Amino acid sequence: MLIESGSPIAADTKVEIGLTINGEARRLQVAPWTTLLDLLREQLDLTGTKKGCDHGQCGACTVLVNGTRVNSCLALAVMKDGAEITTVEGLAKLSGGNGLHPLQEAFVEHDAFQCGYCTPGQLCSAAGVLAEGHARTRDEIREAMSGNICRCGAYTNIVDAIEDVIQSGAQG
Amino acid sequence: MNRFDYVRAGTVEEAVQAVASGANARFIAGGTNLVDLMKYNVERPGRLVDITRLPLDRIEERDGALRIGALATNAAVAYDERVKDRYPVLSSAILAGATGQLRNAATTGGNLLQRTRCYYFYDEGTPCNKRLPGSGCGAIGGVNRIHAIFGTSDKCIATHPSDMCVALAALEATVRVTGPSGERTIPLAEFHRLPGDEPERDTTLSADEIVLSVDLPAEGFAGHYTYLKLRDRLSYAFALVSVAAVMELDGQTIKAARFALGGVAHKPWRNPEAEGLLLGKPATRETFAAAADRVVSEATPHSENGFKVELARRAIVRALEQAAAGTPQSQTDKRIA
Ligand SMILES: Cc1cc2nc3c(=O)[nH]c(=O)nc-3n(C[C@H](O)[C@H](O)[C@H](O)COP(=O)(O)OP(=O)(O)OC[C@H]3O[C@@H](n4cnc5c(N)ncnc54)[C@H](O)[C@@H]3O)c2cc1C
Ligand code: SF4
Ligand code: FES
Ligand code: FES
Repeated sequence: MLIESGSPIAADTKVEIGLTINGEARRLQVAPWTTLLDLLREQLDLTGTKKGCDHGQCGACTVLVNGTRVNSCLALAVMKDGAEITTVEGLAKLSGGNGLHPLQEAFVEHDAFQCGYCTPGQLCSAAGVLAEGHARTRDEIREAMSGNICRCGAYTNIVDAIEDVIQSGAQG
Repeated sequence: MNRFDYVRAGTVEEAVQAVASGANARFIAGGTNLVDLMKYNVERPGRLVDITRLPLDRIEERDGALRIGALATNAAVAYDERVKDRYPVLSSAILAGATGQLRNAATTGGNLLQRTRCYYFYDEGTPCNKRLPGSGCGAIGGVNRIHAIFGTSDKCIATHPSDMCVALAALEATVRVTGPSGERTIPLAEFHRLPGDEPERDTTLSADEIVLSVDLPAEGFAGHYTYLKLRDRLSYAFALVSVAAVMELDGQTIKAARFALGGVAHKPWRNPEAEGLLLGKPATRETFAAAADRVVSEATPHSENGFKVELARRAIVRALEQAAAGTPQSQTDKRIA
């Protein structure tokens, strides 16, 4: 069912929305209560984006919506109709090159992960931080990244990696 | 999450109409509080009215002051050049809250209307008068370390968790709303309410009214301000006690001063008498201590949050010192200057 402004869509009706996900325009049928995170993982098999807490408390689900980082667990997919979504699977493409995104390179270089569960969220969040342009110093990077918890405690190396990319002037 | 009807509002009128039609309908903006609470079954709206496509995201000049649209995100407000230059206490308070991701999604209206973080409120399996009126209050005599020390009732001792609202209280902002019975303006001090016998009501807004904007007054106290937030972690945690302080000095004499506390009451907490003690006095620690003592003399702590009384007293003194010295608390370098 297509959304018409002002007309209620009854619970249990699937609605048709359009999303551009990692550069690919898609028409999707979603139930209104589907979060963007569940849509990505359960319906589209884009399992790079992780579910940690499902309550905005860990950052594992961070994706870029129209270039801005948000927690996909607290976003209803239906409300993002028309948006461009970038997940960790699309990050490399976002940087234009053929290889990895500069942040991905730097994470490998600096050993910025252990189990890797938080890493997709860390990467998307860091890409958002680069785009926002408010963080330059280590303190600023740390604060800007405070919404991404790493249970393995790879924080020091994560900050190293992001600092490296910011200093090299590479763009997100 | 419960099942709900979904309405996408194209105009403010459509939004108000869609909510007024009952079915426990709710507006949804950033969703960072409402979706969270729906996942815990604490909120069970029969209908969600999506207001994110309404043209309410602008931050506009208005009679030498700023009007912040209800849909302006917390990030947009905090980084707006006019807010940073003229109302830095607001920018600072917003940046002290939540995280980059959350602030990108959270809106001004949603932040005003966010609900308490009381553990019992979040836990369906426990009594809570705010969630289920008449069921009792789990926090009174229970785990209440994070709870209120001012303005509590025997029904509820919850706090309002917002940082943004504490700065808005110090700035004396007003909230412009509209609903079926027309537009009205509510001073921030009257927007949130004390729990009294109706802890289920957080604010004086009615369920069918929508917030249009937050209007800042012309005076932003850019020279002397601070937002000091004390919490269990240095970031990504709600305030145990916070203080927004703004001041105007004539030499070393206090010409105007206001301060509001967060994390200690059901609303941003101000004490006009204590603020009055500052006027015309020298900006010294003794002056600030007298005001702080006056505030905490009215504290009514509970079994586990007595520490907040002394914490609040010291935080007020420190915040007023920071404001007077023109050395506001940094939200990046967490050392308390
Ligand atoms: C992990 C976590 C940590 C956080 N930490 C902090 C913190 O440290 N400090 C802090 O201040 N906040 C913090 N927050 C809370 C955050 O600031 C709020 O969730 C956010 O501001 C809510 O805005 P929203 O637009 O997402 O609201 P929504 O979730 O969309 O809505 C919240 C409520 O407001 C109502 N509403 C929204 N817009 C309007 C409107 N225009 N008119 C009428 N009603 C409206 C909705 O009906 C709903 O009841 C945190 C949140 C999370 C999840
Ligand atoms: S303090 Fe208020 S919100 Fe918390 S359990 Fe008691 S009634 Fe509920
Ligand atoms: S899964 Fe979204 S913040 Fe944890
Ligand atoms: S690498 Fe394991 S949680 Fe961060």
